[in-house]
Amino acid sequence: MIPDWLTPAIMTIVTASTPLVFAAVGEIMVEKSGVLNLGVEGMMIMGAVAAFAIGVTTGSATLAILFGALAGLLLALIFGLLTLNLRANQVATGLALTLFGLGLSALIGHAFVGETFPGLPKLDIPIISEFPIIGPLVFGQDFLVYMSVASVIFAGWFLNRTRWGLVLRAVGENHDAAHAIGHPVNFVRMMAVLFGGSMAGLGGAYLSLAYTPLWVENMTAGRGWIALALVVFASWRPGRAIFGAYLFGGITILQLHVQGFGVAIAPQLMSMLPYLATIVVLVLISHDVNRFKLSAPASLGKTFHPSQ
Amino acid sequence: MNKSSLIGVGLAVVLIVALLSSVGQGPSEKAKDDGKLSVGFVYVGPIGDHGWTYEHNAGRLAIEKALGDKVKTTYVEKVPYGPDSERVIGKLASSGSDLIFTTSFGYMDPTIKVAKKYPNVKFEHATGYKRSDNTATYSGRFYEGRHVAGLIAGKMTKTNTIGYVASFPIPEVIRGINATIIAARSVNPDVKIKVIWVSSWFDPGKEADAAKALIDQGADVLFQHTDSPAPVQVAEKRGIWALGQASDMRQFGPKAHLTAIIDDWAPYYVARTKAVMNKTWTSGDTWGGFKSGMVRMAPYNKAIPADVVALAEKARKGIIDGSVHAFQGPIKDQAGKVVVKAGERASDKMLLGMNFYVEGVDGSIPK
Amino acid sequence: MAIRLEPRSEVAQGMIYGSPLVAVAATLVSGLVLFAILGVSPLDALFTFFISPVSSLDGWTELFVKATPLVLIAVGLSFGFQANVWNIGAEGQLTIGALAGGGLALLFFEAESVLLLPAMMIAGILGGMAWAAIPALLKTRYNTNEILTSLMLVYVGLLVLSWLIHGPWKSPDGMNFPESRLFHDQATLPVFVSETRLHIGWLIALAVVLTGWIVMARHIIGFQVKVIGMAPMAARFAGFNENKIIWTALMISGGLAGLAGMIEVSGPIGKIQPMISPGYGFTAIIVAFLGRLHPVGVLFAGMLMALTYLGGDAAQIELNLPNAVTGVFQGMLLFYLLASDVLVKYRIRLAPSAPIISKTGPSK
Repeated sequence: MIPDWLTPAIMTIVTASTPLVFAAVGEIMVEKSGVLNLGVEGMMIMGAVAAFAIGVTTGSATLAILFGALAGLLLALIFGLLTLNLRANQVATGLALTLFGLGLSALIGHAFVGETFPGLPKLDIPIISEFPIIGPLVFGQDFLVYMSVASVIFAGWFLNRTRWGLVLRAVGENHDAAHAIGHPVNFVRMMAVLFGGSMAGLGGAYLSLAYTPLWVENMTAGRGWIALALVVFASWRPGRAIFGAYLFGGITILQLHVQGFGVAIAPQLMSMLPYLATIVVLVLISHDVNRFKLSAPASLGKTFHPSQ
Repeated sequence: MNKSSLIGVGLAVVLIVALLSSVGQGPSEKAKDDGKLSVGFVYVGPIGDHGWTYEHNAGRLAIEKALGDKVKTTYVEKVPYGPDSERVIGKLASSGSDLIFTTSFGYMDPTIKVAKKYPNVKFEHATGYKRSDNTATYSGRFYEGRHVAGLIAGKMTKTNTIGYVASFPIPEVIRGINATIIAARSVNPDVKIKVIWVSSWFDPGKEADAAKALIDQGADVLFQHTDSPAPVQVAEKRGIWALGQASDMRQFGPKAHLTAIIDDWAPYYVARTKAVMNKTWTSGDTWGGFKSGMVRMAPYNKAIPADVVALAEKARKGIIDGSVHAFQGPIKDQAGKVVVKAGERASDKMLLGMNFYVEGVDGSIPK
Repeated sequence: MAIRLEPRSEVAQGMIYGSPLVAVAATLVSGLVLFAILGVSPLDALFTFFISPVSSLDGWTELFVKATPLVLIAVGLSFGFQANVWNIGAEGQLTIGALAGGGLALLFFEAESVLLLPAMMIAGILGGMAWAAIPALLKTRYNTNEILTSLMLVYVGLLVLSWLIHGPWKSPDGMNFPESRLFHDQATLPVFVSETRLHIGWLIALAVVLTGWIVMARHIIGFQVKVIGMAPMAARFAGFNENKIIWTALMISGGLAGLAGMIEVSGPIGKIQPMISPGYGFTAIIVAFLGRLHPVGVLFAGMLMALTYLGGDAAQIELNLPNAVTGVFQGMLLFYLLASDVLVKYRIRLAPSAPIISKTGPSK
């Protein structure tokens, strides 16, 4: 017997996790190329505000999603120019990017406070969507949820099955060696950074178009940082990232449900669970030194000087 | 290269100062003495939060509208508690404000400290309990609104379960939960309330998640004591009822939005500004409800049956004329102990420090 | 034709001073454009942002008050960053330090001892160290990435604070509001410029800067840190104990962040409240890089950063600009400063777009 609340609870988890899936998959690509962009939160919120503004103005969900991705990409471009072309420090630039994105989004979004967006259309195939659990879960989501799953599959395929994926990983492992055999290190990294930016932008777009279709300042509320944690949690594998995102979302939703059932534990202690769980899993994954070394890009965060 | 390069950053600071000094005397000198009364506001959130700060800013705009060019208002938003707030309040005072509203509980001690330094400036601190000769306090009896909303919810629920998205277990929030269940039970004794704490005043995503969890557990009327309209949106999508918080949230859920408990600071802000103008301002504590207009109900949803609207309106009017009180005895706590005797009403002191649940709330207050 | 960066054979001394000037000039120009778009007089705006906050003694003391935690934390972080130890959880260490130091003040609430403040400081440092010890232990024992563990612990630390202040540490006479009691005078940092808020925490920060400078320049630990940062392999050959460096870096940065937290609660705040720091632990990371990971550079960078906050207040009060402008402006300033660093190490040349492998490229 399936309890009534189970299916909607799982749906809630999918919704809560989708922005994280987008951002984490994007950042995996970035970090696999050897670049550490800590500005995910900033790119995400820019995606959220751009998507919402365009959505409300034009009424077109497609345009809204496109502009969400574009806004993330533009912010990532600033990051790429600074760290790759001008060789600025990646950690500091990423943090500055977040500061900048939060400020700029508030400035742009000011005119859109109090507006609403109808949300994204759901797939909803008659009859099939009504199967218990599987129906709504597999056939009743909106477009962006399928896209997030597709992006995971794409990233996994790209990194492991294509020549360019190989190049990207080579660049991330040892940029000097990659450069020596003629790979365009900075070009590859810039492409990865831009991809990461547009994915973070899509995550933000999902937030302001589907998750909570409204605009309020600072609405990402730290989700960009969670996405960064998920990347390591997933040991830089897209498949594990989606698993991690759903696990994280699952624990968050579970603690809300436990409260609803009247268990009186301080909510602060409950809210710690996802973070503590992430630490525990991190320890378990990295415990095996050899496996961890294999998956972490060796050049991560190091500046590339092409002439050395 | 580190050793010497640091001087460069130092130089940068010096250069900014030098460059701009040459620009000449800036605008700060000319701010004062154009005969206008200057009113300053310190906000905890962005004015775009569509909740707490949004309504305070609406009050500021109401002053400008009511008093036109006799006043000049300024605000500083997103001011963190602690040292920053003391600096900002001090800055407002020193740059010529005559009256300063500090609109969050966390500004209490900084407001008192700055007020001591500027005896000629009047201060108004929202939701606190410390006063001085030039510091008044004010807050709204939002529980009166919860009473009316609770009556409607008790009548409208089919599942006899009210869901409550809550922020932090402070007296203000607990008072609201209690007022709701007491009212709801008075018209429907089988009602219970489920509470989920999200440990945040403002996180649309998490508020939406909590709202969904409550609905999944059987709630068909949603209350919230958090600031974003996300729970109303969720209710609309799931086809259940919701009550707006702080401002009219109808546009976020036209079908679901039963009504909202509105914080209306405008009458108080205009009155206090006029009092400073007329030199009749005195310190004191204002805890305003329906009667003073500080708390209002948003228009009722058309879907509410006429007899329920009549019931709600009767209660609202009763509260205004004093014949109805949200905490009318007998009231029992969860253990069944009588905390307010029959025929009596809870004192303001009990209400202000309330930290127990009354009968009918599911679960217990997290400790 | 393309713009090409050519490494300089030596760090350009002129550019060390010149590059920040370039950055400031670029920021000012962008600022002019930004303010013009927002419809305020650009020169007024720049004056309000950068000059009016420090046009009085009061302004300078406020600047120091704001810079104190930033400088303290950033000095500690720079130490770790040079050794490639990425502690980005200073915000959490600050919080736990504040709880440890402030907790002592609440525990000995009635104490009339001059020893209370020093004891609180030690407790603050130990609290920060304890929180930083978790990533240190996990890193050295299980090879767990310290960026992530220290970041996760920020959220846990903030929730610990929230839990304590809504529960056990709530003031008994505070009407059940989430705040502790106000500390007694014995638990409050003395102010040393009367009529202002400038407390001795600023002097402590200056002392830390000086000590940091000496340690980096003279002490064997400073040398080891630099070698590990620049050439990890060489350090391993030289027999440096990598785990020891990780522990040292995290203990120093955690301890200083904890001290900063204690100074905030016992200085300008005077009690424990739900929000102790508006993100100093994260802002300090930027400060550390702006100061080029050098204690004295950090001092200036911390003051510059503090100035932009004060300027943001002034811009809101005097020009009715929204708070968001501060963030945008800070972001721009940081971008330009980071970007201009390139001038120190490289020459900018217009060059044919064909890839050229420079033969003069030195290894640092």
